[in-house]
Amino acid sequence: MRRQRSLGRDLLGLLVAAVIGFPIYWMLLTAFRPASEILSMPPKFWPGRPSWDNFARALGSELFWDNVRSSVVIGIGTVVVSLIVGTLAAFALSRFRFTGRKAFVVVILVVQMVPLTALIIPLYLLLNDAGLTDSLSGVILTYLVFTLPFTVWMLRGFIDGVPVELEEAAMVDGCGRLGAFRRVVLPLLAPGIVATSVFALVQAWNEYVLVYILLSTPEKQTVSIWLVSFTTSRGTDYGGLMAGATLTALPVVVFFLVIQRRIASGLAAGAIKG
Amino acid sequence: MSADRGGQQRRRPLLPYLLIAPTVLALVLVLGYPLVDMVVLSFQDMTREQLFSGESPPWAGLDQFTRILGDGFFWRVVGRTVLFTAVTTVFTVALGLFTAQLMHRVSPWVRAVIAGVLVTVWAMPAMVAASIFRWLFDTDYGVTNWVLSKLPGVDLTHHNWFIDPWQGFTVIVAVVVWGSLPFAAITLRAALAQVPPELEESAILDGARPFQVFRHVTLPVIRPVLLMVTTLNAIWNFGVFNQIWLMRGGQPEREYYLLGVYSFIESFAVNRYSTGAAIALVTVVLLLAGSVVYLRQMLRTGELE
Repeated sequence: MRRQRSLGRDLLGLLVAAVIGFPIYWMLLTAFRPASEILSMPPKFWPGRPSWDNFARALGSELFWDNVRSSVVIGIGTVVVSLIVGTLAAFALSRFRFTGRKAFVVVILVVQMVPLTALIIPLYLLLNDAGLTDSLSGVILTYLVFTLPFTVWMLRGFIDGVPVELEEAAMVDGCGRLGAFRRVVLPLLAPGIVATSVFALVQAWNEYVLVYILLSTPEKQTVSIWLVSFTTSRGTDYGGLMAGATLTALPVVVFFLVIQRRIASGLAAGAIKG
Repeated sequence: MSADRGGQQRRRPLLPYLLIAPTVLALVLVLGYPLVDMVVLSFQDMTREQLFSGESPPWAGLDQFTRILGDGFFWRVVGRTVLFTAVTTVFTVALGLFTAQLMHRVSPWVRAVIAGVLVTVWAMPAMVAASIFRWLFDTDYGVTNWVLSKLPGVDLTHHNWFIDPWQGFTVIVAVVVWGSLPFAAITLRAALAQVPPELEESAILDGARPFQVFRHVTLPVIRPVLLMVTTLNAIWNFGVFNQIWLMRGGQPEREYYLLGVYSFIESFAVNRYSTGAAIALVTVVLLLAGSVVYLRQMLRTGELE
């Protein structure tokens, strides 16, 4: 009886997984199909002979590598700046009581609720005044809007997890406050830093609206804009689009799978326990 | 927290301020200043002319607000945005809770399969998700039309989902819910794991029905997480832009405007930056009003200590 019930649940579980996963399966299936098979009715649900045509077309498109390059530059730039700036603030939040601390935490939280679309106009005008439109550093600067509060919040959760006694021991041995942080806390923080930076990197990699508005030179644009180029006025090249989508998602999926546990626990720690 | 740390503070009151200074500075620059600018802009009348000449735009007083607030279309967009947020959030949380409960009850290997699928979906960029769903719902070669046409009495051959905005929004809701389901399911699953199994078992022994067990044993434990997941989803869905923009090929029809899209189009397509800013300001105010409940809960549970 019990075994039968759990078998039923397992089947239901697999069914749910299949339904949720179907769009990804369909993306891969389409990406590896020759054009003639993509536009055929009725659709075939099983893979035939895989074809690399779509990938060849996607990789061969003129701007692909330029756009990958700017995505990587923007991603790394965003992560480096928000990590350096954010770790310091996270350390302050985790280890010090100071006047204005609560207000700072509330700001960090509230700021994450402001939708990015609401900020596009003033951000655009700001960069326009500074002469930073159509420059990658301008984009990196604006990405701090969403990566920085998140980095501070998440890293603070990870620093909370490091026993304060370790630092105190180091300080007894003659380290300064910051020296103790650098020598003792920072190495222990590595997993948290990895998780946080992957998360920031992914957000930067996926962002679309700001780069769409800010970057006008085709070579400087990012892969999320490149992906739209498969849709033209003549219609959509679905084979190429799905191959491009696969290529765009691939690095993100790999990163996510590597650190999935830490993301879940970091989010939980940051959001639930505070 | 501890007395030691209090001592630290007295000896070096400056250090924490130095540590948060760069963050504060960056936030003031990229967030504080733009927010203030957005408010200022909404009381002016900025067009393309001022953008290129660099002259300061003329003041317009409350004109932008009287115009948008007096416009029936604006209120239709507000209503549509609220409805969209409610529907996507309810579906995300309900399906997330269902998936989390299921993960809680299946064999470990099935759980691993579901978790793997969820993480992969979680990693999908919104751009990619929108592209896939456009293909799934394609008029001529979409697999959805073909599958649904197999149902008796349904013929969706060459059916265009985006002519009727209600149907179009069904597809957009589907892509948004699909994208936010993993976060909800994985977070709620973590919360369910905190419910002591003994409590559930003893409730069942006492003759409680499954729903009663959920209502009186499970729910109280997962309530804070449930509230957090619901609020965060509502906040994210209220500001949805990418999915609509991409599914409508960068030119959404007026029936597809939500507040984010509306503000964007007023600014960058029509070049009425001030009207766009006024719409954005109303959006932020509505959002903050909506999330007061969430903030109060966080303050009450002492999380901001």
